[in-house]
Amino acid sequence: MRAKRFDIARLGVLTAALALLVVLWPGSAGVSYASSCIDCHSAFDDPEISGPAKKFHDDVHFQKGLSCVDCHGGNASKGYDEGDPDLAHDRKAGFVGAPKTADIPKFCARCHSDIEYMKKYNPKLRVDQYLEYRSSVHGKRLESGDTKVATCVSCHGVHDIMPVKDTRAPVYKTNVAKTCSGCHSNAKYMEPYHIPTNQFDLYSASVHGEKLLKEGDLAAPTCNNCHGNHGATPPGLMSVSNSCGECHANNLEYFNESPHKEAFADLGVGECDACHGHHDVNKTNDTMLGVGDEAICVTCHDQGDPGYQTAAAMATEFDTLKAMLGEARTLLNKAERGGVNVSLGKFDLHTADDALVKARTAVHYFDTSKFNPIIVSGVSATENVMDLGNKAMWDLKLRQIGLGFTLPLVLLVALALYLKIRQIERRKPIP
Amino acid sequence: MSDSSRRSNLVAWFDQRLGWSTIKEVAMHKRVPMHKHSIWYYLGGMTLFCFLVQIITGIFLLLYYRPTAEGAFESVEFIMTEVPFGWLMRSLHSWSANLMIFFAFVHLFSVFFMKAYRKPRELTWISGAFLLILSLGFGFSGYLLPWNQLAYFATKVGTDILGQIPVIGHWLLVVARGGDNVTGATLTRFFGVHVAILPMITTFFLLAHLALVQKQGMSIPIGDEYKNCRQMPFFPNFALRDLVGWTLALGTLVLLASIFPWELGEKADALASAPAGIRPEWFFCFMFQTLKYIPGKVWFINGELLGILGFGIGGLALILVPFLDRKAAHEQRNTIMTAIGWVVILYIIVFTVLAYMD
Repeated sequence: MRAKRFDIARLGVLTAALALLVVLWPGSAGVSYASSCIDCHSAFDDPEISGPAKKFHDDVHFQKGLSCVDCHGGNASKGYDEGDPDLAHDRKAGFVGAPKTADIPKFCARCHSDIEYMKKYNPKLRVDQYLEYRSSVHGKRLESGDTKVATCVSCHGVHDIMPVKDTRAPVYKTNVAKTCSGCHSNAKYMEPYHIPTNQFDLYSASVHGEKLLKEGDLAAPTCNNCHGNHGATPPGLMSVSNSCGECHANNLEYFNESPHKEAFADLGVGECDACHGHHDVNKTNDTMLGVGDEAICVTCHDQGDPGYQTAAAMATEFDTLKAMLGEARTLLNKAERGGVNVSLGKFDLHTADDALVKARTAVHYFDTSKFNPIIVSGVSATENVMDLGNKAMWDLKLRQIGLGFTLPLVLLVALALYLKIRQIERRKPIP
Repeated sequence: MSDSSRRSNLVAWFDQRLGWSTIKEVAMHKRVPMHKHSIWYYLGGMTLFCFLVQIITGIFLLLYYRPTAEGAFESVEFIMTEVPFGWLMRSLHSWSANLMIFFAFVHLFSVFFMKAYRKPRELTWISGAFLLILSLGFGFSGYLLPWNQLAYFATKVGTDILGQIPVIGHWLLVVARGGDNVTGATLTRFFGVHVAILPMITTFFLLAHLALVQKQGMSIPIGDEYKNCRQMPFFPNFALRDLVGWTLALGTLVLLASIFPWELGEKADALASAPAGIRPEWFFCFMFQTLKYIPGKVWFINGELLGILGFGIGGLALILVPFLDRKAAHEQRNTIMTAIGWVVILYIIVFTVLAYMD
């Protein structure tokens, strides 16, 4: 009898412990809280109603422990079992449902602009998106009543929002251009705004688009690198160069020191984009400099004017360095193919190559007095390489001469030995 | 006193002290059998010639080489670019090392097929087998010394194999590397092994091998047709023929060193990824490739360990060949041993080619 009572007590304690474990199990409360909304919405055939519930598991908010009611309010613990959705969608419990397009930025900003709240999830996350958005063309038009413009969900999605670093996110760097083009390449959609819709095509074919979209080079810019993201605005004529200068810092610095800075401003033309274009920035090549058929300089400069002469002089200097480098490289390769170690020459060749790269950037001085010293340093480094290349070639020649002498000598010795053997064996034959 | 009598007095003076007339007497009376396989008698001498080239060029390289991780690559680069004829010395050293191992292998197999290991030449064979193993040791230790990328990773893979040996594996690996990883300590260690330990042991085995060859003379293959073959005086007939071979070998070495100088490659970088197609020197390739084909686990034994065990038994069998071939000891042809020899040659060639095709 005692043993039976003991067994019952033990069973009771075990059951209580198990119940406690279920209740206290990490995350168990959150999941059940969310799932009552999800259970109900998932049961509908209409994708408009079931879609959000089905997608939400991939959403960063869900993964951070947030539930439907954290955005939409309402009472998630009621309604499903009772078969009455109104109990869940109770306005008294703060239910707000789906916000209207015009309210979306503010809706998201309730949390995303709350510095204390956001710190709990990610202390590094910025909280000024709403402010920026309001300064953007999108934000301003939205405030003026245009609900066709992009809001948070247009770019980030809704109910399946992913972190920017997630390659599946529409705002991941390689996906941004495609996301923007969703609206900006839609001619019909963009018709009221009277802006071009070929930016994506131009960008895709540009050097930036090639690098990012085809080669996956994340250092290459996409739409938001020049236009901003939440504060998306077309850069003004004079501020385009500042966007470019974010990456091409030296080019911008040299350009600002150049005579073109003032001249372009006076003419009212863009800075970088005047020669390089903007969405369709092509890969630069050395023939852009000078007065040849493919040169950009002759677009504005006519024969006889000082700019024309400067362009011609810079191109000549540049081509000289480039030709010398090619010659030096050929020399080293020739010696190396011949088997001479040219590692020292190759090391110096890097210095000369660097000078050529610097010269390409220094073109933006558009001033021979600043450009030529860089060419001179390159020429000096190249001459050094040429010396080493010539020395290597001389070494190669010496080897060939040495080999030419040594081999016949060796064969001669072998022949002499052979004749000696014959002589010995003729005098004293082997028995 | 005339010049000739002065010279003969000097010769006599040295002879009294060194007794070289006895050596001359032995050489003059030594005979080398002449038959259709006599050509193989020259291979031992050819291997010796390459070894002598190794010593001479090695001493030259030693004058400039610095055995540290910081200086090794740069010093070899210096030898190749700045030191007059440094490139030639290094290339001769590398080419002659490879030719030495090649000739050592061919010499071993020629001796094997002619059954020259049979009584009373068992010790000559054993000392020769040890010399081949020592040559491989020279090759393995010397490969790392330029401290380039390929050598670094090949040594890493090579010494990793040691770690697979049960119980003492890790200890052996640490002893070989001078630590857990291939570092400057490994380089210094390999250098010491390459220029001091191996030469010392090799000198002992080489002298023993040569003394035994001189004492017992050249072996005649089994068979009645060889019994009454002609005999060529070792000196000067055979010695001069040897010299012709050495002269031609020297010419070949100079030709190879000049037209195909040994490359230096990139400096070793432990943080860089291993170069593609990494493999050891050609003479280790058949073993390397075999280990690649053995599955990770064979029954319950580690596959790599099984491979190492197999090569260990193979090495032991090689040393014990004279005692395994009882027929040869009784002057009888042993077709099974000959067949085994051909299978081993075929295996080495096929697996080496496969390693290069991988």
